[in-house]
Amino acid sequence: MLSIRNLSKTFSSAGEPVHVLRGVDLDLRAGERVALTGESGSGKSTLLHLIAGLDAADGGTIRLEDTEVTRLSDAGRASLRRDRIGLVFQQFNLIPSLSVMDNLAFQARIAGRHDAAWTRELVERLGLDGLLKRYPEQLSGGQQQRVAIGRALATKPSLLLADEPTGNLDEATADDVLALTRDLVARTGCGFLMVTHSLHLAVTLDRHVTLHAGRIA
Amino acid sequence: MKRALWTLAVLLSHWRRHKMQFATLLIGLIAATALWSGVQAINQQARNAYDRAAATFGGVRTAMLVAPNAATFSQELFIKLRRAGWPVSPVLEGRVQVNGRSVRLLGIEPVTLPADVGNAPRLGASDLSSFVAPPGQTLVAQETLSDLQAQEGAAPAISSGAKLPPLRVLPQLVPDVLVVDIGVAQRLLNKPDQVSRLLIGKPKGTPAPLQGIVGDQLQRVEPDAETELERLTDSFHLNLTAFGLLSFFVGLFIVNSAVGLAFEQRLPMLRTLRACGASARLVNTVLVIELVVLALVAGLIGLVCGYFIAAALLPDVAASLRGLYGAQIPGQLTLRSEWWLAGIGISIAGALVAAATSLIKAIRMPVLATAQPRAWQQRHRRWLILQSLAACAVFAVALLLLHYGQSLIAGFGVLAALMFGAALILPAFLEIILLIGQRWAKGPLALWFWADSRQQLSGLSLALMALLLALAVNVGVSTMVETFSRTFIGWLNGRLAADVYISAADNAQGVAIRNWLRDRGDVQAVLSGGRAETQIEGQPVELLGLPDHALYRERWPLLETAPRAWTRLVPGNAAFISEQLSRHLHVRIGDVVEVPAPGGTWELDIVGIYADYGNPKGQLAVNVAALIRQFPQTPQTRIGLIVAKENIPGLIASLQKQFALDDRSIADQATVKAESIRIFNRTFAVTSALNAFTLGVAGIALLTSLLTLANSRLPQLAPLWAVGLTRPRLAAIELTKTLSVALFTSLLAVPLGLLVAWCLIAIVNVKAFGWRLPFHVFPLQLVELVAVALLASLIAALLPMVRLARMQPASLVKVFANER
Repeated sequence: MLSIRNLSKTFSSAGEPVHVLRGVDLDLRAGERVALTGESGSGKSTLLHLIAGLDAADGGTIRLEDTEVTRLSDAGRASLRRDRIGLVFQQFNLIPSLSVMDNLAFQARIAGRHDAAWTRELVERLGLDGLLKRYPEQLSGGQQQRVAIGRALATKPSLLLADEPTGNLDEATADDVLALTRDLVARTGCGFLMVTHSLHLAVTLDRHVTLHAGRIA
Repeated sequence: MKRALWTLAVLLSHWRRHKMQFATLLIGLIAATALWSGVQAINQQARNAYDRAAATFGGVRTAMLVAPNAATFSQELFIKLRRAGWPVSPVLEGRVQVNGRSVRLLGIEPVTLPADVGNAPRLGASDLSSFVAPPGQTLVAQETLSDLQAQEGAAPAISSGAKLPPLRVLPQLVPDVLVVDIGVAQRLLNKPDQVSRLLIGKPKGTPAPLQGIVGDQLQRVEPDAETELERLTDSFHLNLTAFGLLSFFVGLFIVNSAVGLAFEQRLPMLRTLRACGASARLVNTVLVIELVVLALVAGLIGLVCGYFIAAALLPDVAASLRGLYGAQIPGQLTLRSEWWLAGIGISIAGALVAAATSLIKAIRMPVLATAQPRAWQQRHRRWLILQSLAACAVFAVALLLLHYGQSLIAGFGVLAALMFGAALILPAFLEIILLIGQRWAKGPLALWFWADSRQQLSGLSLALMALLLALAVNVGVSTMVETFSRTFIGWLNGRLAADVYISAADNAQGVAIRNWLRDRGDVQAVLSGGRAETQIEGQPVELLGLPDHALYRERWPLLETAPRAWTRLVPGNAAFISEQLSRHLHVRIGDVVEVPAPGGTWELDIVGIYADYGNPKGQLAVNVAALIRQFPQTPQTRIGLIVAKENIPGLIASLQKQFALDDRSIADQATVKAESIRIFNRTFAVTSALNAFTLGVAGIALLTSLLTLANSRLPQLAPLWAVGLTRPRLAAIELTKTLSVALFTSLLAVPLGLLVAWCLIAIVNVKAFGWRLPFHVFPLQLVELVAVALLASLIAALLPMVRLARMQPASLVKVFANER
């Protein structure tokens, strides 16, 4: 479903080029759950951003199902994220001025794919029942991340990308959140690629790959 | 479409959670639109009135034939010209008194009146016969009908006892004018077979040359695109526009501040929207739509406020224009659809300009840009240097305009460049003061005070610029008005030499009054004056006849004189010239002015220049006997009396009883003086109101900046609270900081304001009115204005400070719990 070939990305830091990705190859099957680990600065988040079309690669290809992501325009990449990718961040990135319910539904709404029954199911599975009218600042970190996961899955994406989704949570909450995510991913049948520092969490997924010096080790 | 609506809903949700910021944005837009549109409404109203006046039966918008000496001429010439194929129509003009009020009487000949002359179409067909056939009609504007306290259909008598034809309201007619058939006018004005001018219609074919028909008896005057009144009042309207523009920009400062902060606060939201699949184009388009919708709503509210501002100011503006220029402006505000559209347009354009930097940032924002909350406050030092360099360039432009500019626009250009340059250099000026403070600071808290003030400066600089501009304008205008006021009162004492003033209805009544006064023991002297009109270099000039009396020699407000000036005036070949006319004609003492008179050219040696404030026309003062010799038709109706103070009321009562004079025809010096001062004060009432509005808007700009900054100040204040400073003490320190920068700004505004006053007195007034006032500084007034500015700053700072003093500790703890 996801096929990455010879992907490279270079940044400039203080005038010097920094080669973050040096020819990454990675495949992900439909419904497969993969953990991506590596030391800080190894390029994990960059790889995730390139797959999501948040940034453009310098070389190589990324193919999601029948679409070559690396050839898409900004509008094409926006459309891809809207319709086929769900994103979860470490900092939750909820919209502070929207209620939990509106945050949960808003990606599906702008994609024109709002499914009330599925949203209701997400609310129940994520345990957000009594929190729907609250605003993000009135939630704990674990609750906020559950809303972010619900928002990412509300469109029933083909691929869920999570960048350190438990980085701001304590161990018990992190376990709960990841368990919920695994269940929901299984329920939707989407692919799941998660960047994490935690080996403890990485081993709970189907496969575990490590990025080292810009390449898959 | 649905996607755009959802994105818009998400963006709008920000305002629901930041109501104060939303209010700030709307207040800025409303204030900007209201003040600008209010001023434009007043200008439009006045210009409409000028147009009406210009279009009235052959004003300056119509080509015409006149006598070279501006006197009346025989209607024989009209008949000759018609026979020769000239499409001319006669007009006779004069003044009559109706119910004690002097009005302009215009006699027209409706059959030959050219169709393109203003108001002529209303006199076609059915109206024509009732206008011409006895008893005829007197056309009058509704305003004039009310002023004359008459009813439509009434036939009031003029001072000679003759009756006007029945009054009929013609709505589009200019106020202060009565229009009758020319035959009626000739009878009422006692000018049988006389004509003032001939209006020229569109000729069919080429008529014979004018010279061949009437010789040199008539000359052609081409239509003027801009009326004399428009030229005279340009400076007044430019002044109003400058105030409107200043208020508009101060309002935009508020909008810029609100939009800038909102953009920074919404950066994470924009990034999330992009991450969730909203394209950059969609987000940017919706951002612009959101702004335009807000500007539309605020613009409409602003227009309604602008209407009320204009309606409130209009009576004073109308009084000013009447007092200064004799222009008649209806007191009822009528607005065209263009005004509404322009108001909405200016609101949207203003919002887009104020938000331009934020919108450009949004358009260029990469989706992965890290959030930089409060980055808008962190102006780089490079910007300060660039801004200071730009200020120097603007000051250089001001100097160039001062040196080379000749027009009124150049005068206002100097003012605008001065203020813009000062606003640009303000942040650097404050930065230097705060840096010096920081260097001299002893103790950690003092050091923090100065350092934090510097850091806060970038967030406050726009509001402080607004304060600087508003205060400088207030200082400048107040100094100018106070200078003018004192000079005016001194001048009035000189001009109003007599104790009682009489304006007789006509020459016969004038003679009767003089004869009656001769027998009165309580009258020490009877001073007869006179006034005639002529044209010099195409401009209307008044000739003022002065009696030869010691009182005038003592008091007349001469600015410069030749030796034995008053003695040289008596024979009639010398004159004093008003300051504005001397500037206009470039005439100095010792020069000769040639005055067209009915008997030929009258050569006058200039032996003095005098102040003649408030008179839109140029004036020459000559001996009254000489004036009557040269202009035999001069009405001898103006009489001044020297009377002991205690005898004035009795004498006035006797005169009123004897000659049926009303309050308009007779007045004592104190009444005339009081009326003049009242008109003077009303003239500047508009300026004072706009001054107060501008300072008020600057106060709001400061308040909104402080309110929007308040939340982002918490990370700076929470550590101090954590190390033991109480919340009230923190609030007091914050208040002191705000007042300090406001004080430094005010101190810079004072010299800037004095410079503005000097520009107004030495450049703008001279170019606009032709007179120059002596420059005075009023220290007490300056202290007062600085105190008002500090009070406005204190009021603006109080609300955020009270909030901080009463803030729950939990809010401060959050700073440490959350990285914000």
